[in-house]
Amino acid sequence: MNPFSSGTRLRDMIRSIRACKTAAEERAVVRKECAAIRSAVSENDNDYRHRNLAKLMFIHMLGYPTHFGQMECLKLIASSGFPEKRIGYLGLMLLLDERQEVLMLVTNSVKQDLNHSNQYIVGLALCALGNICSAEMARDLAPEVERLLQSRDPNIRKKAALCSIRIVKKVPDLAENFMSPAAVLLKEKHHGVLITGLQLCTDLCKVSEEALDYFRKKCTEGLVKVLKDVVNSPYAPEYDIAGITDPFLHIRLLRLLRILGHGDADASDSMNDILAQVATKTETNKNAGNAILYECVQTIMSIEDNSGLRVLAINILGRFLSNRDNNIRYVALNMLMKAIQVDAQAVQRHRATILECVKDLDASIRKRALELIYLLVNETNVKPLTKELIDYLEVSDEEFKGDLTAKICSIVEKFSPEKIWYIDQMLKVLSEAGNYVKNEVWHALIVVISNASDLHGYTVRSLFKAFQTSGDQESLVRVAVWCIGEYGEMLVNNIGMLDIEDPVTVTESDAVDVLEIVMKRHTSEIDTREMSLIALLKLSSRFPACSERIRDIIVQNKGSLVLELQQRSIEFNSIVAKHQNIRSALVERMPVLDETTYSGKRPGTLPATGSTSTGASLNIPNGVAKSALPLVDLLDLGSDDAPPPSSSGGDFLNDLLGIGVSPTPSMSGSSKSPTKGTDVLLDLLSIGTPPAQNNFSNDLLSMSTNNGPSFSSLERTQSLSSQVSSPPGAAPMMDLLDSLSPTVSMTSNSLADMNLTGDNGLVHQPIVAFQSKSLKIMFSFSKKPGSPQTTLITATFTNLSSNDYTEFLFQAAVPKFVQLQLETASSNTLPASGNGSITQTLSVTNSQQGQKALAMRLRVQYKVNGEEGLELGQVNNFPHGL
Amino acid sequence: MIRFILLQNRQGKTRLAKYYVPLEESEKHKVEYEVHRLVVNRDPKFTNFVEFRTHKVIYRRYAGLFFSMCVDITDNELAYLECIHLFVEILDHFFSNVCELDLVFNFHKVYLILDEFILAGELQETSKKAIIERMGELEKQE
Repeated sequence: MNPFSSGTRLRDMIRSIRACKTAAEERAVVRKECAAIRSAVSENDNDYRHRNLAKLMFIHMLGYPTHFGQMECLKLIASSGFPEKRIGYLGLMLLLDERQEVLMLVTNSVKQDLNHSNQYIVGLALCALGNICSAEMARDLAPEVERLLQSRDPNIRKKAALCSIRIVKKVPDLAENFMSPAAVLLKEKHHGVLITGLQLCTDLCKVSEEALDYFRKKCTEGLVKVLKDVVNSPYAPEYDIAGITDPFLHIRLLRLLRILGHGDADASDSMNDILAQVATKTETNKNAGNAILYECVQTIMSIEDNSGLRVLAINILGRFLSNRDNNIRYVALNMLMKAIQVDAQAVQRHRATILECVKDLDASIRKRALELIYLLVNETNVKPLTKELIDYLEVSDEEFKGDLTAKICSIVEKFSPEKIWYIDQMLKVLSEAGNYVKNEVWHALIVVISNASDLHGYTVRSLFKAFQTSGDQESLVRVAVWCIGEYGEMLVNNIGMLDIEDPVTVTESDAVDVLEIVMKRHTSEIDTREMSLIALLKLSSRFPACSERIRDIIVQNKGSLVLELQQRSIEFNSIVAKHQNIRSALVERMPVLDETTYSGKRPGTLPATGSTSTGASLNIPNGVAKSALPLVDLLDLGSDDAPPPSSSGGDFLNDLLGIGVSPTPSMSGSSKSPTKGTDVLLDLLSIGTPPAQNNFSNDLLSMSTNNGPSFSSLERTQSLSSQVSSPPGAAPMMDLLDSLSPTVSMTSNSLADMNLTGDNGLVHQPIVAFQSKSLKIMFSFSKKPGSPQTTLITATFTNLSSNDYTEFLFQAAVPKFVQLQLETASSNTLPASGNGSITQTLSVTNSQQGQKALAMRLRVQYKVNGEEGLELGQVNNFPHGL
Repeated sequence: MIRFILLQNRQGKTRLAKYYVPLEESEKHKVEYEVHRLVVNRDPKFTNFVEFRTHKVIYRRYAGLFFSMCVDITDNELAYLECIHLFVEILDHFFSNVCELDLVFNFHKVYLILDEFILAGELQETSKKAIIERMGELEKQE
């Protein structure tokens, strides 16, 4: 009985579902049907099972759950008639897939059907197997399929061939069993069998190197002949498409030849003639012909070099590119991308056309063309290409701007011939599409600006102008804010005018206006406001006349709901109001940021040790505030994320020194949280665990005690209460640093005591801690009986070179389990040739004395004849038991 | 390799969905929704190819029906475009002037035709005549 001709219930159901006017109605109908089918399932109704399953498939297509029908498929497959089996297999393919365990149960039925005497039933089983078989089924049923490849019926052979593809994809080990039967299929005359055989061979080559060799040796000649026959075959109505006999067969043949010819000169050689024939003789006014040409070009590009053929191929692509059909142009762009590796020069010739494609209305073409242009850019054409792309940026779709911006930035960064051009282009992109520019791109721009000292004035003036017209582009605003903060005085005084510039008159208050707008505009992101606040602090020192107004703006954020802004506002206000004497030192211009370090850092995270060398190129002036800045660079503190507000002394000090939110462009990306940055700092300096940040701030200070008068004295006040030499600025600084915990002062006090009482502890042999051509450092040790964990180290520095060292600065870092305090050095000038020395006392407390040995990293910097010198070292030879 | 074939009307109702790679049901619905959105509003002058996740969809519109095939990125787009057309010709021949309703009421036959045309995500037969004849033989088995 045919379920679809008699008792037309499936039709009825589809009708009633189609008649539904609302989704709710439809759901009701489906619910009713499903209920009826469920009850039929539970009653084990045989007569209507396949009709029910057919209904269920329709319901499934509408998107309703139908899992309860899965077992019905298996029952139908197990029944004897063709109509039941047909619906059963169809249901199996629609309702189940290879991941369901139920599939295991069907393996046996499929096996029986593969051996069935009725070839239509064998066909059903092969089809289901080919579409959904799992690896297990593939293993179990591979012998049957292999046997069916030799079946007398071509319909079975072609199905078995495609089924084999699925099997070898699931279980590549089985590939060798299929090699020789597959090779036999290539001699077939029946197009269906031939085309599936070709596909099977292609996939075998992909999974097995052995198969590739086998087919290359045995079949290349034969395949070339088959292709010749097909190309030259007379009109065959059965396979004719647009005057070409079976383009699909052409394409499959060309594809397999491509795989066989790739990397094999002999095979490539044998197919040259026929490829040339296909490339020249194929009709190009219909899609089918172009599809063949496209495949042929790909094959020519992949097989071993034949310059004549390649010229032919490139010419075809040129024709494709100028075709009016978008599809053809699309594939041409696709192909040119591969051709660029073979013949970049030939592709360059089409640059103008490709550039036009970037502006196409069709997003698919635009995307391809942009990728291609990106590959085409080189030093010689970067300027005109970038100009074209930036011009287009102005008019492009919003959705395309993201891709386009990323590519332009990448091109500019990669090929920029000079800094001024780089800056100009980036400013254009920022003004046009600043909202699409990624953080690392504008960070990189700031690094470049920072390094181009002759362009500072020009850049800040350009940014000022750009801000007036494109103030809504967030990234532009950030760069502008940073530059105005750093180079504000160049903006107002027209310093460093270039010939190409028009002079502008900007007053100090105009510059402050920009920052005020950014602060007050409700669309500004919080990070931008934070940057702006710091820029304001910087300007307050550079523009004394505007100081009061700036303070007013800063104070307005005192009540900000954003904790970061609120805290900075209060701190900065106090700096402006009460600490005029240190302000200018605090807000000095950022030191030049090291480009190589930055670009090295961008791809990955920064190892703490690697960064130590950064300091080498940094120009470190006197004073704690400034010496801390390079440290920050060094440590890659994140800045565009607001650091979590913290009341601990360490953080506060960071912020005070302009580390926190200031746009330190050396960070590797916004993802890095400032907390992490602090950790890195702690790691490098290895001063206790994060909670013990008091020590950290202490160390930071003591590192350069010999340089900055106000700070060193502050440090002394802090640690050595016996020495009182604080200049006026120190006392208020104490207030700022009031969160330093008493434990620190306690250790310092005991230290001071110790110093006063003299060394009376155990004596260890002195060691040479560090020696280079130019410098020697000796450590001598003393212990205090009362505190066995603490060791006093007296470091003696000797200059081995023939030049005096000035601004000598010694820094040390220790592992986390050790606490370190550096005392003031005896001098900061080290005479040449060992004619004198500097001594400095270090106090180390090893909390794991006896378990872990002491270790220390050293960093010494100094000036020789005005040039920077830097020495790095590690001390591992401490005496045992310290 | 073809990863899936979709036949949808302008409203996004799926009339045929054949997957050659295993996907969760929910994922299938998502795919159908996304593909429909990608193709439905494209200008007829545009390419028939859209990038879809890591693959590409080759689609062709016939009256109110969209035939979409998702294929590997390295596959020959033009060939699959021709392939869709051949499938439509077969349907047209089989139903003599096919319309959407034929496909709705005879969906199981459409699947049967497709299974004679494409298997395991690869082309099985390129002759329209062979497939129509085969369908005739299969109908006799019912």
